[in-house]
Formats: sequence, C-alpha cells, structure tokens
Amino acid sequence: MARAASFGELRFDRISRSFGTVDALRDVTLTIRKGEFIALLGPSGCGKSTTLNILAGLLPATGGGIWLDERRIDTLRPEERGFGMVFQNYALFPHMNVRRNIGFGLAMRHVSRAEIARRTQEAIALVRLEGHADKLPGQLSGGQQQRVAIARAIVIEPPLVLMDEPLSNLDAKLRLEMRAEIRRIHMSLGATTIYVTHDQEEALSLADRIVVMQAGDVRQVGTPDDLYARPASLDVAEFMGFRNRLSGEIVESDGAGASVRVGAALLRGVAASPLAKGARATLVMRTADLAPAPPDASTVPAIVTAGEFRGDGFVCSGASESGAELWFTSPTRLAIGEAVHLRIDPARARLYPADGA
Amino acid sequence: MAIASSTRAPFDRVTLLAAPAVLILCALFLYPFVYGLWLSFAPAAGGALANYHKFFADPFLYGTIATTLWLALPVTILNLVLAVPVAMRVRLMHSQRLLTTILVLPITLGVVLIAQGLLTYLGPQGWFNRALMTLGLVSHPVRLVHDYWGVFLSLFITGFPFTFLLTLSHVSGIDPALEQAAATLGANARQRFFRVILPLLAPGLAIAFCLSFVQAFSVFPSAILLGAPAGPTRVISIAAYQAAFEDFDYSMASAIAMIMGGVQLAIIAAVLGLRGLAYRGPAGGGKG
Repeated sequence: MARAASFGELRFDRISRSFGTVDALRDVTLTIRKGEFIALLGPSGCGKSTTLNILAGLLPATGGGIWLDERRIDTLRPEERGFGMVFQNYALFPHMNVRRNIGFGLAMRHVSRAEIARRTQEAIALVRLEGHADKLPGQLSGGQQQRVAIARAIVIEPPLVLMDEPLSNLDAKLRLEMRAEIRRIHMSLGATTIYVTHDQEEALSLADRIVVMQAGDVRQVGTPDDLYARPASLDVAEFMGFRNRLSGEIVESDGAGASVRVGAALLRGVAASPLAKGARATLVMRTADLAPAPPDASTVPAIVTAGEFRGDGFVCSGASESGAELWFTSPTRLAIGEAVHLRIDPARARLYPADGA
Repeated sequence: MAIASSTRAPFDRVTLLAAPAVLILCALFLYPFVYGLWLSFAPAAGGALANYHKFFADPFLYGTIATTLWLALPVTILNLVLAVPVAMRVRLMHSQRLLTTILVLPITLGVVLIAQGLLTYLGPQGWFNRALMTLGLVSHPVRLVHDYWGVFLSLFITGFPFTFLLTLSHVSGIDPALEQAAATLGANARQRFFRVILPLLAPGLAIAFCLSFVQAFSVFPSAILLGAPAGPTRVISIAAYQAAFEDFDYSMASAIAMIMGGVQLAIIAAVLGLRGLAYRGPAGGGKG
C-alpha cells in the first residue's frame, strides 16, 4: 500500500466550540507533525470528541481555524477534507459486504474498478480479513467489524486518520489485541493518526504524544513517559493515576524537591513548580509508590479499610489520621482495622500548589 | 439427547387466549370475504363466471381499473417522493413533535370534511382561483373540482400524513453515523442519499407504498364529491356501488369487489417482490 498523502503539519489555531452558553472547547491550539500518533485523552465531556468531529468536518467550530500547512481546512465540507475516520460504533454500511464497504471511499474518488479491487484486496490483507470479504457487517464479530472500519478509513490513503474511541465497544481481551493491531498498522503505513480515548493505558501504549484535555481545555501535551512521570498539574496527575492526595504546608524547598508537613509526618516529593516555604501544597502519589514500612518521621499512619488480592500482591485502602483515603500496595495480606505506617517513594511522589492556591 | 429437536412443542393452553381475536376475525373479515367470493360466482343469470365475463367485456366497467390506477399510483408515488425529503429534514429538527403534529392533522379531519373544504376552496369562486385571477396568472377560473385534479389533491392531502409518518419511522431508524461515515469517505450529499440512505430505506418505502396505495385505490367519497363520477374519476369503487345500490345486483357488486382486491393484490405482490431484492437487515452501523 502506498504511503499516506504528504503534508508537513496540522495546526489548530484557537479552535473553540460552544453549545448555547456552554463552552465545549476553549481556544484549543495544537500543532501535529506528519506521521505522529497523537492521543486526545480525557474524561467524558472534556471536549476530545468535539475536537475530532470539528477536525473531520462533522461539527462546525464556533471560533478559530484549522490549517494543513498553508491550507485552511475548517471551512471545507467533510467530503472535501479526505480524512479517514473510524467511528466508535464502526458505522459500517450494513447493506454492503466487506469488500464494498472498504472500496466505498475509492469508488467516491472515481478510482478505476481494477485499482479498487487491487487496493481493497491489499487493505483486507492488511487487517487480516481474507475469507470474510464477501460477508455483510452483520455477519462479523465486533473485532472483525472494527478491522473493516479501519481498513475502510486507511484504504483511501488519507493524510490523517481519525479514530473516535475505536476500542470502547470491545471486550477486554479483544481490546488488547486490536490495540496491538492499530499500532502495527500505524507502523506499516506511517499515516498521521489522531486517536480519541478516555483510557490512559490505551493512550500511553499507542501514542507518540498525548494531549490531555479537561473541561474543554488542553491541559498538557507530552510524550507518554513525560506525562506518566511528570504531570503538569494536579488535575492531570489525578487523571494519570496519582490516586493518593495528602495536603500540608511546605517546610523546606530545594532544587531536588520539597518537604511538606502532613500531620506529624515530614514527607518529601518532587515539586512540579517551585514552591515557597510556608505555602499550602498537595502531595500526590500512585498506589504502587506507597507501601507499609517501619514507623519513622517520614511515614503516614493509617488504618486498613479494605484489601484486594492482585496476584503479585495486595492493593489495599486505608484511612489516614486526617480522614483522607489512601491506596497502597502490600506484599502480604493485611487485616481490616490493622494499623499500618506507609512510606512514600520520595522520587516518585509529586508536589503541586494546593487546590485554589 | 432425549429432547430431539424434531419433537413438537407441547400444546400451550395460553394459546387459547387468542381464540376471541380469531373468532372476531373470522366473523368480521373471513366470513364476509368468503361469502362475497361465493356470491360473485352466483350471478342472477348465466354461468358461474358470468359476472366476470360481463365486467371484462364492458369498457365502461373494466375501464374503471385503469381510471383508479391512474389516480392511485401517481398520488402514492408523489406522496412517497415528497415524504422522504421532508422526513429526512424533520429527523434533524428539534421541534420535531410540533411539525409532526401539524403534518398529521389532516388525518384527523376525515375525508369528507377535506372534500367539502376543497370544493369551496378550489371551486370557480373559491380563493384559489380568485387569487390566480387577481394575480393575472389566468383569465378564466381553472377547472379543479369535478375533475381529476380535485380528487388527486384530496387524495394527496389525506394520504400524505400517513405516508410521511411511515417514512419518518424508517428514516429515523437509520444511524446518522452512516451518513457521516460516507461523508468522510468523500461522498457528497447526493451520493450519500443514493448509495447509503436509499438502499437502507427501500424496504420501508416498499411497505409505505403498499399501505398508501391500498388507501388511495379504495378512494370513494372524494371521487364522488370532488370528482366527475361519470367521467374521469369513475373509479372501481363507484362501479361496485352502482352495481349494488342502483342495479341491486349484489352478485355483480361482489365480483367487482373481488376484482378490485385482485388488482390491489397484484400491485402489492409486485412491490413486495421487488422489495425482496433489497437489503433487509438492521439499518444500524454498529454491533447489534
């Protein structure tokens, strides 16, 4: 299959969208380079699907512009943009067999019959659906339908492939399989892909860069490692799995991090931005970075409230003295009501200015 | 495997609950039909087929089939052709309920009321003709009532809401994502309609056609009130009426009714036959 049509970069220039008085999207500015796999990540209602629909031309923006190099595209009709889109519910044409579904975009482009047959066959082979070419979508499983939807979007060799939560209708096992498949197809075609998801694991495993969105704003853009280790704000950190929160006052701040007093404990973490001594701050950490330890000045006391066996250990919850719920890992089973002292990995805990500060 | 699939399910006594309905159906539909059929083969004079011979020998009688078809088919097709775009548009509207109510209102008015209204409105002294003359578009009133077009319009007005409602339900059943998918694949509005929407709509339209056609084919009140019952709108039901209540030949009237049913059945069979060629699965794009 030939390489995707060429372009340099795609720019969102202060794109916004409001529904009545509600702003679904506020001044989204973003540059995407050719060949990148970008994930738009965020909770439902954050504006990620709105962004994708505006890009596809299915929804008009109420402000701003989208540029493909020097060409403005947000004023074009969807059929004039030539992007391949994979819909959440696949949106396969139920009255056409797999071959005709995949060939539809080519037929609309007045490609010759022989060429359509050849390219459709290649696309069917790429998504491994040989033997199903003459079936109707209704005769296929969810995973197979998803493959047809992907083949239909990429066979037209679009400059951009847009995917709107393509795996959300599949079961867990199939989701993992299709994730690998999408990655493989992206690697073999190199098509620039924009992928909308609310699943951070999916975004981390697929994307070259992740755009975290919340409440209609872009909160952070970065590589998966970057986002995983260094979320820019408390909101992003929470969304990226920093499940535990402890609030306190900064007692010491240096180049490597800062110390915060929470109750009687003095805890250390890496500060996302410089924090002044005496300021209120929130320390966040993942479940994996909090574990029972012998009590000392840098441990937090807690009472175990629940425990779940996870094969290689236990994930437990506990209540701290201040009443905050803490999630931690333990190599051994803990009894409910047991008092424990929890140690935080200071290199992996993050400190942010406290909410509202 | 003791429970072989070939053994029949035991009789379920709950099935007996359908008995009253079956009884009513037999008494009100099956019996009159069979009686009429038998009556049509028992003419006052001649052999069993005398009525049918008479009907197909007399152009004044067999001509009514063409006259009725000439009214019912164009009206039904026009209704469908207009109902599809209106339904496509209404599907996207927020105030769908209000518009649907307005469109459906004529159904509640009844055929006779509409015929009476049209009689004055479209008559030589009616508003319509006066407006045309005032605007200078015509010098003499256009003949609309007591003619083909009066019946045509009345059938259209009473038939459209019905066809529209049937079409709207089928149009609403098509996943809007399919149209969006077609658009992102490069199909313009025309291609989206003819390649995606219409094929999915076809089976529903066939049903809507059949129901609307049967309604239009049995036209009677408006053909008498608004039409020219001796001439261009002498429809088949008028022939049956005259046989029964002017000639008091119930046997002949039954034969005409049977012929009327036969023609309707032939048209419906043809349309449903064509429907069999179309895709008839679900019109959604995703997993069921």
